[in-house]
Amino acid sequence: MNRLFSSFKALLAALLLLTGTALLAQDHGHADEHAAHAEHNAHAHGDEHGDADADHSHEGDHSEEAHDHESHAGHDHDDHDDHAHDEEFVAGTFIIHHIADAHDIHLFGDVHIPLPVILYIEGQGVKIFVSSTFEGYGHGNKTCELDGIAYTMHAEDGTTADGTPVVSGQITAAADGSALTVYDFSITKSVFGMLLILAAMVWMFLSIAGHYKKNPGQAPKGMANALEPLIIFVRDEIARPSIGDKADKFMPFLLTVFFFIFFCNLLGLVPFLGGFNITGTIGVTVVLATLVFFLTNLNGNKHYWGHIFWPPGVPLPVKFILVPIEVFSIIMKPAVLMIRLTANISAGHIIILAFTSLIFIFGDGGQAIGAGSGMGIFSTAFMIFMYFLELLVAFLQAFVFTLLAAIYFGDATHDPAHH
Amino acid sequence: MGALLTPALGTVVWASIAFLVVLFVLRRFAWGPILSALNEREESIAGALNEAEKVRKEMEELAASNENQLKEARAERDRMLREAREMADQLVADAKNTAREAADKEVAAAKDAIAIERKAAVAELKAEVGNLSLEIAERLLREKLESNDEQKALVNRLIDESPLN
Repeated sequence: MNRLFSSFKALLAALLLLTGTALLAQDHGHADEHAAHAEHNAHAHGDEHGDADADHSHEGDHSEEAHDHESHAGHDHDDHDDHAHDEEFVAGTFIIHHIADAHDIHLFGDVHIPLPVILYIEGQGVKIFVSSTFEGYGHGNKTCELDGIAYTMHAEDGTTADGTPVVSGQITAAADGSALTVYDFSITKSVFGMLLILAAMVWMFLSIAGHYKKNPGQAPKGMANALEPLIIFVRDEIARPSIGDKADKFMPFLLTVFFFIFFCNLLGLVPFLGGFNITGTIGVTVVLATLVFFLTNLNGNKHYWGHIFWPPGVPLPVKFILVPIEVFSIIMKPAVLMIRLTANISAGHIIILAFTSLIFIFGDGGQAIGAGSGMGIFSTAFMIFMYFLELLVAFLQAFVFTLLAAIYFGDATHDPAHH
Repeated sequence: MGALLTPALGTVVWASIAFLVVLFVLRRFAWGPILSALNEREESIAGALNEAEKVRKEMEELAASNENQLKEARAERDRMLREAREMADQLVADAKNTAREAADKEVAAAKDAIAIERKAAVAELKAEVGNLSLEIAERLLREKLESNDEQKALVNRLIDESPLN
């Protein structure tokens, strides 16, 4: 236990040291990106992807602004207006961009780790290419053309040229000017992070299983020693009190889900890794919640279903109100698990990003260095506090999800005749 | 914002496949062995504690019985010592008695021998003294007495009167 604690402390210290610098470095990178983007637009693309682009006007301003800077410092008035409009830092967009899933891993500045894009296009089959094939800088739409199909990766929520709604990060494809139906099976940032964590879990738990096999009845060492308290915690504090006799049956799921959520949450806190937000990605949590839904209802006994469709001990008229509520709760319970986890983890990231944003808002795009620096100190101090809180939340949310799942399993399998 | 609230098809598919595969792999190869190892260890620890308790009780019993045995042994030793001492005393006493009896016998025999010797010596002395007296008397009488008979009567009377007996 002591060893686990000291390694935790080391991890914590490393995290905190890196946090401030990492966030600052990332955002410095973004500032560069803005400029590069603007320049690029001015020289090459102009308003090429104008129609589909909700951010068009914004980009346009960028290019003008960059142009102005390059050519001369003449049009003072115009320049100033543009500047004020242009450099306006939109914290909301910045934050959403950072917590949403992406097709690559953004480390810092212009350094991205490209990830595979896997698309199934109706009538065209499966298309696989790396995300770095997409051209375009900064935060605008990115495009590429392969085998006569034009792909667009959208930067913002909006609609395509033909009025189909799209969300940010979505890839659409068109051949000969007509839109194609795209199913995106890309290894996105969250999918990549998830696979990473799952692979690490397989390695870790298989190796500690080997350790237990090799040293039967011995005190655990190394990784087994670090993870054993958590395994016992899940068994003795979550599964057994909530489920009772049938706890063993659900242990593999509860352990897998607990460690998966816990490790994913921790990975999301590591700076310089592109800010993974795996458990804040609804596509991941919806799967976990669906598994809880099936495990609960497929294991539901007579007593469980009896409580839902014929609640005991209430007058008949109340039953008519209660039954729909109970039926609704079958779906609502796992849905709440999903929403709680996604929202909590995203919220933590949002708060940290918001305090980063404050530095830039107070800095007024480089106009108020003093205010920006002052805010930087305050924000960093607050972010350190938030990181501590996030470490707690990382564990807490894993615990809460597992505990509630265990309670639902317990409700479904609870046999009142036995007690 | 839409991207945050809409589950992406690809993510759902990958998450389902990957999570289920890992769940089954871990259930088969990791959780089973780990949980059974933990159970076994807990049972073995509980067993070892019970065993230790049992052994402790046995040790206590053993110590008590050792104490008893020690007491018995001590009593036995005392008894044996006492017996040995008694026996030794007896032996010494017997030996003393025997020695005394032997000595007494010796003394008595010596006394008897002495008495016999003395009697013999006295008898011999009587004869010697008689002869001597006779010679003396003979010489006396030869010179003073004329008659042998008178001389002999005189000597006999003298011998009888002598305190030799």
